Amino acid sequence: MQATFPTPILSAAALLIALAAAAAAAAVAAGSTNIDPAKSTLMVTFRQENVPVDAPFKRFSGHIDYDPALPGASKAALEITTASLDLGSEDYNSEVRKKDWLDSGSFPTATFISTAIKPGAAGHIDATGVLTLKGKTQTLTLPVAVGKAGTATSFDGELTILRSYFGIGDKEWNDVLDDKVRVRFHIVE
Amino acid sequence: MSSPGEPAARAVSTAVDALAYPAIYTRTAIALHWLVALLIACGFSLGTYMVDLHISPRKLRLYSYHKWIGITVLALVLIRLVWRLTHKPPPEVPMPNWQLRSARATHYLLYALMIVTPLCGWLYSSASGYPVVYLKMWQLPDLVHKNPALAKVLVQIHGFLAWSIFWIVLLHVAAALKHHLVDRDDTLRRMLAWRRS
Repeated sequence: MQATFPTPILSAAALLIALAAAAAAAAVAAGSTNIDPAKSTLMVTFRQENVPVDAPFKRFSGHIDYDPALPGASKAALEITTASLDLGSEDYNSEVRKKDWLDSGSFPTATFISTAIKPGAAGHIDATGVLTLKGKTQTLTLPVAVGKAGTATSFDGELTILRSYFGIGDKEWNDVLDDKVRVRFHIVE
Repeated sequence: MSSPGEPAARAVSTAVDALAYPAIYTRTAIALHWLVALLIACGFSLGTYMVDLHISPRKLRLYSYHKWIGITVLALVLIRLVWRLTHKPPPEVPMPNWQLRSARATHYLLYALMIVTPLCGWLYSSASGYPVVYLKMWQLPDLVHKNPALAKVLVQIHGFLAWSIFWIVLLHVAAALKHHLVDRDDTLRRMLAWRRS
C-alpha cells in the first residue's frame, strides 16, 4: 500500500537515479566506445608446480575513450566479473570463487579505472590506473600497445600482480602456486 | 648320409651358441625391464588414487608426479625398444607353440601400450590446458591446443589404456610365475639373472 503513495523523498531518489543513468549514458555516448566482448580477451596465467596455466575471464565490460590525436586525454574503465574466471573445470572454477580466493560472493567485480594516460613509446600509450580487486586497490602503470583490429582499435598489454597483495589464495597453496600472476589483455573497442 | 660325428658336432655348436648368445637378457635389458615395471606400478597406483581426490595442493602435486613418471616411462620404453631391436634376446625357452605365440602377442601389446598410454596422457594434459613441465624444469610442447571437449575424450581413453596395461601385466606376471613355479623352466630366470652381458 505504501508504494502507491509516492513521497517527495522517493520521487527525488527516482529523479537522481534517472539523472545518474542519463549522465552515464551520455558519458558512453560522448566519444567513449564500449569494448567488444566477443573480440576482447582477458587472460590470467598462474603457475602451479611451475606449470603455466591460462585461464580467461569470460565476462568483462567497459569503455575506452581514445583519440590518437590526443592520447593524453584518453580514459579507460574496465569491469570484470570475478566469477567468470575459467580454469578449465567446474571443480576449480567453484573453488576459485570461494572466500579464500576471489570471493566472488562479496566482490562480484574487479575494476580498472585509468587515472592518467600519456603517450608512450612508438605505438604505445602509458596507462596509469587503479586496479580494485577483492576490496584492495593498487595503482599500476603499464605500457599498452595500440593497434588496429579491422576498423576498430585494439589495446594490448600485460601486467603481473601478486596474489598475496590482494589476499587471494589459501595459504596452504603457497607451496605449489606462484605468488605472481600474469594478466594479459587484448581489448578491441 | 649321416656320419657318426654329427650329434657330437651339434652338441658342440649348441654349447658355443650358448656362450655367444647367453640364455639370459642383457643387463641393460633386465635393468630397463624392472625399472619400467616399477615406474608403471607407481604411475598406475598414483593415477587411480589421485583422480578421485578433492582439489588440493597435494592433488596438483600428485598430478605432476604422475606426469613425470609417465614421461619417464615413455622415454625408457623408447630406449628399450632401440635396445631390443639392436640386441638379440636369449633363445626362446621350449614351450608349446600357443604359449610362444601368446607370449609374443602380449609383449607386442605391452610395448604398444607403454608408448600409447603416456602419449595419450600427454595429449590430455595439452588439451586440458595444463602442460607437462617435466621435473618442474622443462616444459614439454603441447601436442594439441586447449580443447575441453577433446580433453574429456582423451582422459577416458587414457584410463582405458591404463587399465588395459593392468590386465595384461597381470597375465604377463601370471604366465611368468606359472613357467617358474609349475613348469620350472628358465622363462623368469632369464629376466632375473644378473650376469655379464
